[in-house]
Amino acid sequence: MMDLDEIEQQILREVAGIDGRPEGAYNFRLNGKSVGRQSSTNIEVSTSPDGLNIHVAPHTHGEVVHIPVIISASGLTELVRNNFYIGQDCEVTIVAGCGIYNCGTKDSVHDGVHSFYVGKNSRVRYIEKHYGAGPGAGKILNPVTRVEQEPGSYVEIQTEQLRGVDSTRRETSALLANDAKILIRERLLTHGRQDAESTIRVELAGRNSVADIVSRSVAQDESRQLFRSQITGKNACRGHSECDAIIMNKAQVSAIPSLDAQCPDAELIHEAAIGKIAGEQITKLMSLGLSRAQAESQIVNGFLR
Amino acid sequence: MLDLQNIEFVVKNGAKRRAIIQDLSLSVKAGEFVAITGPNGSGKSSLARLIMGINRASAGKLIFNGQDITEKTITERAKLGIAYSFQQPVYFKGLSVRDLLQVAATAKETFLQDTGTDYEKLLATVGLSQDYLERQIDNSLSGGELKRVEIASVLARGAKLMVFDEPEAGIDIWSFARLTDVFRKLHKKPDCAVVVISHQKSILNIADRVVILKDGKIQAQGRPEDLKEELAL
Repeated sequence: MMDLDEIEQQILREVAGIDGRPEGAYNFRLNGKSVGRQSSTNIEVSTSPDGLNIHVAPHTHGEVVHIPVIISASGLTELVRNNFYIGQDCEVTIVAGCGIYNCGTKDSVHDGVHSFYVGKNSRVRYIEKHYGAGPGAGKILNPVTRVEQEPGSYVEIQTEQLRGVDSTRRETSALLANDAKILIRERLLTHGRQDAESTIRVELAGRNSVADIVSRSVAQDESRQLFRSQITGKNACRGHSECDAIIMNKAQVSAIPSLDAQCPDAELIHEAAIGKIAGEQITKLMSLGLSRAQAESQIVNGFLR
Repeated sequence: MLDLQNIEFVVKNGAKRRAIIQDLSLSVKAGEFVAITGPNGSGKSSLARLIMGINRASAGKLIFNGQDITEKTITERAKLGIAYSFQQPVYFKGLSVRDLLQVAATAKETFLQDTGTDYEKLLATVGLSQDYLERQIDNSLSGGELKRVEIASVLARGAKLMVFDEPEAGIDIWSFARLTDVFRKLHKKPDCAVVVISHQKSILNIADRVVILKDGKIQAQGRPEDLKEELAL
């Protein structure tokens, strides 16, 4: 197991919710290198020219895979590919956070490409937290997540980027077979002069496939956000996309939802709402004893929970 | 408890000025239950919001327990022991009923779990089951349910002065009967005063005093039984 300094340990807690070596399979990446790796009986973690490969054996249940990435060196730029092969009838959780601490003068950049191949009737929960800290130059994270789901599978993607990341370009795409379902929950907070773009594309190719996308974001100060979602229904299917954003100060938010029904039995819905915190919400919480700042914080934290 | 002295509340619309409350003076004693009624536009809700500090008086003074609160903020008034129930409950996307009650009970953000308050009991008081604690305060709740949560949040404050702005608005008959019971119980607390803006006879009838507003002025006040003609009770 690798040695982590205090800052790196803090980042690990933020992005993966762990204090050290976890139970089960994992791969830890620190400053561009793998510094710890472990397979379990049912989950094999290995490398190939295509990147890091995680093979989950069929019928694996209740296991958690951790693949955190920590960058504490200024000026580091990396592109990482992780490939997840989930056998059929599995139920696994994958925790894949990335944190950057930059105290130098050059940008630190992590581009991560995560590809999921989810077998029949498997359930996958994927948690991705991004975190940036340090007084130095840019903390930049550009994740790409690609999902291919076999019949009857279920994938839940939870992404969270709350403060600290200066720039992000997030791309998520999914292709669903018959009876497959995907839930995508995105939480984003930008501040200062940060910018964030998130594009989610789901193709409901299979009969009775379902997609539910919910993005909640808060843009503070002079930050900018752009959210795009596109659901394509190619069969009898159901798709729902919801984008809610709170805009504050001099921030800018754009939401571009798009639906493409290519089958008469495709039921697709989108909702998008952008607005400032309602004055009555602040007044209500102040009438319960919170200061204005506490009321705003309570509303924002609740909204992003 | 509360002493309103020569209160004026004027709203400006361009060059136009409209007096909503005019030279109004009113005292509420500890243990007293005061109902304020009057036609629409008479200034009832504006007066309630003035007491909480949501509206600021254009002239006059508000004294609460001997302290001049005229310039105090909403938060400061809340911390001094004034609570206010909104006529139109507020939606909060992302906050649960438990969150709201916890903020009300502790006057703190809900980062820490509060174990000292019996939220189930609070909800039962307004006729809601404990299942509602984890419900979101959004449009998944009916208007009546939201209103009951709103009232529960005021009860959770344990305030010295509770101001309710038309608690009957948007509430069903069954809940309203229960609400009247809540007011009866509050009435029995000697150290707590209640001000209710209402049109409902069943609420006006349990008040110690009814104040009738018209055009921002007190038209009449007295015991409900002495105002039968004015109130057409």
